[in-house]
Amino acid sequence: MRNLTGKFVVLSLFAALLGSASAQAALKVGLVLDRGGKDDKSFNEAAYKGSLRAQKEMGLELKVVEATDTNAFEPLLRTFAQRGYDLIIGVGFAQAEAVKKVSAQFPDRKFAIVDSEVPGANVRSMMFEEHEGSYLVGAIAALTSKTAKVGFIGGMDIPLIRRFQMGYEAGARKVNPKVEVESNYIGVTASAWNNPPKAKELAVSQYNKGADVVFAAAGASNLGLFDAAEERKKLAIGVDSNQNWIKPGFVLTSMLKRVDVAVFETIREASGGKLEAGTRRYGLANEGVDYALDSFNQKVLTEDVLKKVNVLKAEIIAGKITVPDYYKRNAKN
Amino acid sequence: MFEELWAILASTIRVTTPLLFAALGGLYSERSGVVNIALEGKMLVGAFAAAAVALATHSPWLGAAAGAGAGALAGVAYALFVIRWRADQIVAGTAINFLAIGLPPFLCKVLYDSTGGTPSLALSDRFTFEPVALVALALLLTWFWMRRSRSGLWVQFAGEHPQALDAAGVGVNRTRWMAVLMGGVLAGVGGATLSISLSSSFTREMSAGRGFMALAALILGKWRPLPTAAACVLFGLADAMQIRLQGVKLGGGAPIPTQFIQILPYVVTILVLAGVVGQSRAPKALGLSFRKA
Repeated sequence: MRNLTGKFVVLSLFAALLGSASAQAALKVGLVLDRGGKDDKSFNEAAYKGSLRAQKEMGLELKVVEATDTNAFEPLLRTFAQRGYDLIIGVGFAQAEAVKKVSAQFPDRKFAIVDSEVPGANVRSMMFEEHEGSYLVGAIAALTSKTAKVGFIGGMDIPLIRRFQMGYEAGARKVNPKVEVESNYIGVTASAWNNPPKAKELAVSQYNKGADVVFAAAGASNLGLFDAAEERKKLAIGVDSNQNWIKPGFVLTSMLKRVDVAVFETIREASGGKLEAGTRRYGLANEGVDYALDSFNQKVLTEDVLKKVNVLKAEIIAGKITVPDYYKRNAKN
Repeated sequence: MFEELWAILASTIRVTTPLLFAALGGLYSERSGVVNIALEGKMLVGAFAAAAVALATHSPWLGAAAGAGAGALAGVAYALFVIRWRADQIVAGTAINFLAIGLPPFLCKVLYDSTGGTPSLALSDRFTFEPVALVALALLLTWFWMRRSRSGLWVQFAGEHPQALDAAGVGVNRTRWMAVLMGGVLAGVGGATLSISLSSSFTREMSAGRGFMALAALILGKWRPLPTAAACVLFGLADAMQIRLQGVKLGGGAPIPTQFIQILPYVVTILVLAGVVGQSRAPKALGLSFRKA
């Protein structure tokens, strides 16, 4: 890291010496967001904020675009490559194929992708250990639940979301082996991430059956869960960004996925000219995933629960607990 | 057991409400001979306008009225193209749908500095059961109007045999204008139900295909009010059951894959359309623009 900062300083000095040329030398970064868009209060918003922070601190030339459907990813990525962008970041697993194809066609450009592993000498893959963070919020849910019943709502039934679910269930069972976990999925098409009424319907059904804490990993659909929690006076757990503020007092915590940090770091490495291809993993140990604690949820998230969860967290980081990983389970089968 | 049944019933009613609003909206328009694949878009603009006005005025009633107005406005745009300028109805409808995907997020950016949607409404600014009562009323009025009123007959003739209506001295295109506007109003209120009753804000693309489901219900219901309502309830029930069947284990202990359960409403549609209802005949002049001879 020190080496990197050194290079960065040298580069900055060099740029300063060049004077007006520094404007031209500014790194050009293109960010392609998933369908939720930059204000989804969740996953895409985190990526967008990370890029904004990089722009502010490093003065890069940043362009952010949103895809309106899954067929738009490839042309958007290609347009950035053709226009001479140095680093092109695809946000979301749905862009994996498009990034793979376009990165192969433009070997002299750097690419990065969030939530998927794409091979290639010019591609950085940002992977998050969602199961670890989900394990912790699962434990928080089960420790807080008075009915020993908790719920999970996923956007689509895909391996990425199964990974959240599996970690969540394992965390809940760890602190209370008798806990019941009810799981539902919203839909089979990409509209599942933008369907709050359906998410609310699923949440109401789970609350009716006795669950008193429900965790949703469903993009913008999460808002429906918060509505249900508010109406039924139950608790909800948010995802990706810190969503505690959306309904203070009804959001127990949020499973943070620091896409903002990952995107920021990737841009910083690229601007230092040191972006290496390959996969970078963000887990509990390097604060890539975590649970959220702030003024909005400190009344519902009790000291006692926090104490127990922090013990679990330390044990996972120390390697004493291995959280079941849906991806690895799949590889074995 | 009783509680479970009640939960399924309540869920069915909630899910059916926006669908039925949209389907009734489609009914007015299509019975008059104007295809309405823009239901999805009209729901979206209705959902946005309702959330924005309810947020500003703290009144869900004004919100619902704004949803109706926005739906009607989309209806005006649609009618201008397809009735006045005789554009292809499928193409113009698709254009309205695309416009409705883009316009509300843009307005949200202008008004609230967020492209994701409107800020959340307080509990007291939302509807609870009111939309259900409204949709029941709309259904009864539509049914009665279609059977008993002179203008109801006009609309049917505009869709079946516009020349006959014209010969009787009634303006075909004027009748169609009224029907399309009415359709916009109902679809807009259907959208309002999504944003101010079934959730607490407008979010992008939140209609999530419900406009097209409504269209399917309309075909399933043979373009008649009561059977269309029955079709909407059937879809609603399939959706409510689908929620409860997820994760249910078969005899062997393995759960039924979620994807199978989630296609339930669509399978129901295909089965019913293909076999049970028999032939479903569209109004004869559906999709044909009318030019006075």
